[in-house]
This record gives sequence, structure tokens and C-alpha cells, in this order.
Amino acid sequence: MTTSLFFAQLLNGLQLGLLLFLMSAGLTLVLGIMNFVNLAHGSLFMMGAYFAAVAYGWTDSFLLAALVAVVGTLLLGLLIERTVLSKLYSRDHLYQVLATFGLILFLNEVARAIWGQAPIFMNVPDALSGTINLFGLPYPSYRFAIIAVGLLVGLALYLVIHRTRIGMLVRAGASDSSMLAALGVNIKLINALVFGAGAALAGLAGLMAGPILSVQPGMGEPILILTLVVLVTGGIGSIRGAFYGALIVGIVDTIGRAFLPSLLRGVVDRSLAQAAGPAIASMLIYLVMAVVLAVRPDGLFPVRHG
Amino acid sequence: MADRQTSAAISPLLATLPARRRITLRWLSAAAVIAALGAVPLICALIGQPFYVTLVSRMMIFALAALGLNLILGYGGLISFGHALYIGIGAYAVGILSYHGITNGYVHLGVALGAGLGLAVLIGSVCLRVSGVGFIMITLAFAQMFYFLAISLKQYGGDDGYALESRSNFGWLDLGDNTTLYYVIYALLVLVLILFYRLVNARFGMVLRGSKSNDRRMRALGFPTLPFKLIAYVISALVCVIAGVLLANLTRFVSPSYMEWTVSGDILLMIVLGGVGTLLGPIFGAVVWLSLEAVLTSLNVGLPWGLDEFIHNHWMGVLGLFIITVTLVLKQGLYGFLVQRDQARDPVAQ
Repeated sequence: MTTSLFFAQLLNGLQLGLLLFLMSAGLTLVLGIMNFVNLAHGSLFMMGAYFAAVAYGWTDSFLLAALVAVVGTLLLGLLIERTVLSKLYSRDHLYQVLATFGLILFLNEVARAIWGQAPIFMNVPDALSGTINLFGLPYPSYRFAIIAVGLLVGLALYLVIHRTRIGMLVRAGASDSSMLAALGVNIKLINALVFGAGAALAGLAGLMAGPILSVQPGMGEPILILTLVVLVTGGIGSIRGAFYGALIVGIVDTIGRAFLPSLLRGVVDRSLAQAAGPAIASMLIYLVMAVVLAVRPDGLFPVRHG
Repeated sequence: MADRQTSAAISPLLATLPARRRITLRWLSAAAVIAALGAVPLICALIGQPFYVTLVSRMMIFALAALGLNLILGYGGLISFGHALYIGIGAYAVGILSYHGITNGYVHLGVALGAGLGLAVLIGSVCLRVSGVGFIMITLAFAQMFYFLAISLKQYGGDDGYALESRSNFGWLDLGDNTTLYYVIYALLVLVLILFYRLVNARFGMVLRGSKSNDRRMRALGFPTLPFKLIAYVISALVCVIAGVLLANLTRFVSPSYMEWTVSGDILLMIVLGGVGTLLGPIFGAVVWLSLEAVLTSLNVGLPWGLDEFIHNHWMGVLGLFIITVTLVLKQGLYGFLVQRDQARDPVAQ
């Protein structure tokens, strides 16, 4: 195992982690503030990727594609929120889970009906198709761009939530929404805003993931489940938790898949390592999650109330 | 709102009070479904459509799984989104043992239940540390973990699954015969139903329901609710394990798709469709849900504009819309509606 390979995998992990952060930031706010379980978040990711791929194919401009993806997902998110989800805010989590489960099936089929079962490929934009030389290590600049976008979004979210009036209202809503409503704040508007922002972030994640994943129906679910692992590990409702949780999950998953099989080969029998290595690697993040929960049931970075 | 919640929480308690026995639509429909399920192989033999025996066997297997999940969902208020995992454990126990040449059904069942017990205790004690939304996510994550494990088991077919050479060998009980297997599943379903009826009305069930409506109060009353919930979780998992063993036997096929997260969602939907926290609800839900699936995938009623074809190809989307509608509109479920109607009429329940 060479250092540069390890470093490259670490960057890959960071990139996956920041992609997951884009997803979990929106979802954690929706969960924390509205106490709403939105499993359809992964479908918004998928639709974002489709919007981006199709728009990029038509216009050949990545910026336009980004605009279409983010705005399109935002509008789709708001449409879903108004038509279905807002009717379930006061209902039990069970019904929220089921309705959003139904939405996933529905949106997957919508994607299949419009764009077909076969994956759509989205090219990396020309400006980012090269590699960046990082301490003697060539690294694809597009993946580097994902890292940059993730960090920028993280910084922007931090500033908005901790330094602006809107962010203050969002935080207040997370800790006691009925009190906030009693103080005369339009909590419905805040909810819609947060949901829309979450959807737009999912769309952004879909856009960024478009060129590195194959855009196809059902692509949202693996990401959704990783996002849920991130939320549980980091602590539900906290942006900080989502950020660190996403980095932990991204890095552990990538490093585990890259190095665990070869590490195992050094310890146990070759054939056993061949069979068990990938299996354990794919289970690794769940094991991490289980250990975290066993030690700290509220996650690593729970929301601090009061 | 609070009032409605309380009455919804105690209504299952009231339902079990020895009220005046009256033959209502609810009792009639319950008896009709149980009797109809018992008569399916005979009817199929009469009309010469043996295919339906397999279809209804499948319905009953999922009814069994839904029944198991409903123990913790309906009576314990624990929303597990990962019970497909235990179906998978049951199925893979059969698959892996058969692969290594062990076909004895009792061994299959024993290993499946043993593995299920161990896992359920472990996973249950981790998951029950969190409540609410966290519980939903963690159960889902654990199920995914084993789903990926099953995919990486290349020896047993990996992603493609593994076809069994024969069904489990239970000696004199020849499961190779579809009708025999049908009645085994039927008997198990009725047995679990009776056991659950006793269980939810026993002290154990009362504590479980109490912890659903107000966990803190139950603990203040001196009940350590966690062990109760864990035991309920394990029992519900084991019922799903049995469903998995039966499913592997029915299809003679084991595949990671049995523990796909959509299966967990399907089982949840069956419960909601039939009626959360009612004993027979899951059976109604499973029958309706799988019938709908069967109808949609082979729809041929001559709709205009090639709509038949479109629905065939995109039946999942139609099911998705159906799920959304059910959750938005249906409050008590099909059978739950009948239960509530009885309670509304009964002065004791007022």
C-alpha cells in the first residue's frame, strides 16, 4: 500500500463524504425542524441528476445544466411538499415513511417512463476534465470540484444558519416550533423554505454526481440509505453532525473498500479473504454506525438545545 | 387531537374486553377470510388452476411476515423498516444449508431460528437504544447491511441468487407437493394468529401496548419496558424468519432481493392497508396488496390507448400512487375500519 494511493483514496472518501453532506444537510434540517421523515430525498437526487444530464446534453453548458438541475429539483420538491407531504406533517412517522416510500416508487417509474431503463451518461465538463497535480499525485479535477463545492456549501450553510436572521429562525424552529409560531413567525413559510433548500441541495448533489455515477432509475436509493446512516451517526437535526457524519461515512466506506480486502489477505487464508473482504468492507459503515449508537444513542454530534 | 390519540391508543385495549358477543361484519369477514384461505387448494383443483395455490401461498407467507411485524408496530409502536432482513435470514439459512447438502427441514428451521434469534437480540438491543425517527433509519440500515452481505456472497449466487435443488425435507411431510406446503403455511399462519391473540391480551401484551401509548408512564409505574420491547422485537423477527424459510421453500430460490428495503416497505404497507394494531389486519392487507400486484403486472382489460401495456410496464409507479393514496386517505385500514365500527357501536368502547 503506497502512500500516494492511500492519499488518493482518502480524497475519494472526502469527495463521497461531501456528496453525502449535500444530501444529509437538507434531510437533517427537514427531520430536525419538521420532524418529518422524507425518504423521497433520494428521488430528488435522482431527478436532479436527470435534469442535469438532459439539460447538459441539450445546451452543452454545465452552468445551464446546474441551473436547470437545482431550480428544477427545487420546484419539484416544493410541488411534492405542497401536494403530498404537507398533509402528513401532523401524522405518525409511519405514514410519512409510507407516503414517501410510495413517492420513491412513483418517481422511479416516472424516470423510467420518460428516460428509459438504460443509464444516461453525462460527460464531465471540458474545463474540469483534466487532472490536478496534488503533491505529485494526479487527481481528476472534477472530483476535486465536488470537494470544493461540498466545502463551499458547508461554509455557506454554516454562515446562513449561525449568522443570519433566517438561520436564527430555522434554529429556533428546530428547538421549539410551536413556541416560534406563537411568537408570530410564519412557521409554514420556514418549513417550505427549509424543504425547498433541502430539495435544491439534493438537486445539486445529483448534478455533481451525474458525471461520476450512471444516471438511471433507482440511483437515489443507495445514496438515500448512506444518507440515513450519516444522519444516525452524526446526530439527527444537526448540520455539524451531518458534516462530520458524512465525512466519516464517506472516508470509512472508501478506505474500507479499497484496503480491507488486501489487509485481510495478510491476516487470514487467501480464499477466505477473497470471499470475506468485500463483504466486510460493504458492511463496515453499518458496523461503525452500530458502534456509535451503542456508545452514544443520539449520534456523535447531537443538537444542543437551550 | 390529544383526545383522539388517547382513544386510538386505548381502543385496542377496549377491543379485547369481553363485550357483548355479537355477530358483526367484522367477525363475518374475519371468518370468511380464514375459511376462504383454507379452501383455496380445493377450489383451485376444481377449476383446474393450480397456479393460484402458489400465488395464495405467497400471500399467506407475506401475511405471516406482516403479522410478525405488526406485533411491534401495532402493539409496541416500533416502526421497523428492516424486517425484510429476517425474511432473508430464514431464506438464506435454507439456501446455504441446502448448498452444503443438508436438506433436513428441521435442521433448516432450527438453524434459521437460531441465527434469527441471535441477530434479533443483537440488532434489537442496538436499535432499541434510539426511538422515533432514529429507530426507523437504523432498522433500515441494518437490513441494508445484510442485503449487501448477501450480494457479496458470490458462493451462493451473489446478486443473482441461488436456486434450490429441492424443498426442505421434513420426513413424512412432503413439502414438494404444493398443496401440502400450502396447508403447512396455512397451519402456521393460524397457529401464529392464535398465539398472538393470547400474547397481546396477556400481561406481556398489555405492557407492550402501554409502552406504545406512554413509555415514560409505564416506566414510572415500575415496568422496565425495554426488555418487553426487546422480547417483542425478537418474537416478531422470528415470525419473519419462519416466513423466510417458507418463502425459500415456496420459490425454491434464495436471493438478496428478499431482503431488499422495498420488501420491508411492502410489509409495512400491508399492515397499514389492513389496519395497524389489529390482529387480522395484516392478513387482509397482504391479500389485497399482493392481489393488486398480480392484477397490475398482468393487466389485460382492454383499456384504450395502449394503457394496458403502459400499466404492465410501469406497474410499480401505479403501486406507488396507490400507496400515497392509501396513506393519505385510509386512517384505520380495511379491517381496522370494521374493528372501529364495532367499537363505535359498542357502548363499552365509548
